[in-house]
Amino acid sequence: MAGHTTQLDAKTLWGGKESPFQTSYGKLMMWFFLVSDALTFSGLLIAYGFTRHDAQDAWPIGEETFNSMPFLGHGYPLLYVALMTFILIVSSVTMVLAVEAGHRMDRKGVTRWMIATIIGGFFFVGSQAWEWSHFIHGSEFGKIELADGSQAIVKGHFGEIANFTVIEAGKHHKVGEVIKEDLMHEFQHAAEKGHLEGGNIHLADGSVAKINKAKDHEMKLIIKKSGAAHKIGDKAITGAAAEKMYYEALYSGEANRVVYGANMKQNEYGPQQYAQFFFFITGFHGFHVFSGVVINIIILLGVIAGTYHKRGHYEMVEKTGLYWHFVDLVWVFVFTFFYLI
Amino acid sequence: MERDDLIEYSLHNHHNEEQGKSIRKKILQVTVLLTIITTVEVFLGAMIKQSSDAWAYVKWSFIIMTLVKAAYIVMVFMHLGDEKKALRNVILIPYAIFILYLIFIGLWEATEVSEAWKTFGF
Repeated sequence: MAGHTTQLDAKTLWGGKESPFQTSYGKLMMWFFLVSDALTFSGLLIAYGFTRHDAQDAWPIGEETFNSMPFLGHGYPLLYVALMTFILIVSSVTMVLAVEAGHRMDRKGVTRWMIATIIGGFFFVGSQAWEWSHFIHGSEFGKIELADGSQAIVKGHFGEIANFTVIEAGKHHKVGEVIKEDLMHEFQHAAEKGHLEGGNIHLADGSVAKINKAKDHEMKLIIKKSGAAHKIGDKAITGAAAEKMYYEALYSGEANRVVYGANMKQNEYGPQQYAQFFFFITGFHGFHVFSGVVINIIILLGVIAGTYHKRGHYEMVEKTGLYWHFVDLVWVFVFTFFYLI
Repeated sequence: MERDDLIEYSLHNHHNEEQGKSIRKKILQVTVLLTIITTVEVFLGAMIKQSSDAWAYVKWSFIIMTLVKAAYIVMVFMHLGDEKKALRNVILIPYAIFILYLIFIGLWEATEVSEAWKTFGF
């Protein structure tokens, strides 16, 4: 029938005015961005899971690797990471309080909670810097290659080096001279190069010195790469046997028997990929936190200037809040899959 | 001419002091819960070694606790729980489908690769 039309009311026919999601364009796009960013992080963590599942027992355990606290030393498994997690959760809480204050148009409240969030963010980034530095420098023992070709990580308390007493003169040092400076650094450098032999250190100037070192305590060797005699998954080697095997290798005079810390080529914790995943995943997350702090500062300036108050709503705070919570959300997963499991 | 097609949805989100009080109370409850879960995780991690028989249970409880934490962060802190159901589904369902598949394929392949290492002894 020509000319016949059916009248539809606004309820039946979506006229295009209102968003079906009842949300603003900016917020919707922030959500879409976060979904894509979440896929990126999931991809990284699943790649990590793949490598770890594949490497089986050779993979380091979080509490073996991360057991240090600033000012307190070793023996606090995962406590520092837990503290970092707590800091990030708290900063997420202050952010949600800023958003809540924004909904009441409470400019003072928004300012206060945003500042708290930014401080929390800086604390977290700083903690991560400390963690990286610690990871790169490594432990006092390092990872050792034993006589049978197996590799073991070493736990315990390293006896302090008191001094080096020169027993053979070189270009600079005379016999009987006692060297007291930069001991640990010299010691580890010489160990990597194979300049330690039978309790003596060969210094750069050609002199030889005796190492005066306190006894180690509670030494434990955990095999991370199988050799002829020791296999991955063997019981940890402890006590006098461990000390004998460790110092046989360390004082062998051969280069590359010990690895300290981590870089892109090798690390003392386990397979090479372990350090690479550590650097990439925590680095990528750390960069997110850093950019989150920068964005928070920019928005804080807007809050202080009264830009959003004039606009009649604090949706910008809400949108940066979404990003900030997302950073916290990612850390929750990194904490579980990188550190705990 | 005044435009009537621009809707400031953010203005819908305004609330008064009284509503604010109950929202803050909820935030506090979630904070306490997240802190407790994290503490429990660290304690479990410190008490039970990966070599122990109970580790499989601990591992799964870690994964469940993480998902609980994630759910609270997304639903309460990110307000996804207060959004329209359609928006919630648009965000969560495609993500979940894709990631579950990726986890499955990743772990499956890793097992195969691990077997290959053992068989051919590289």
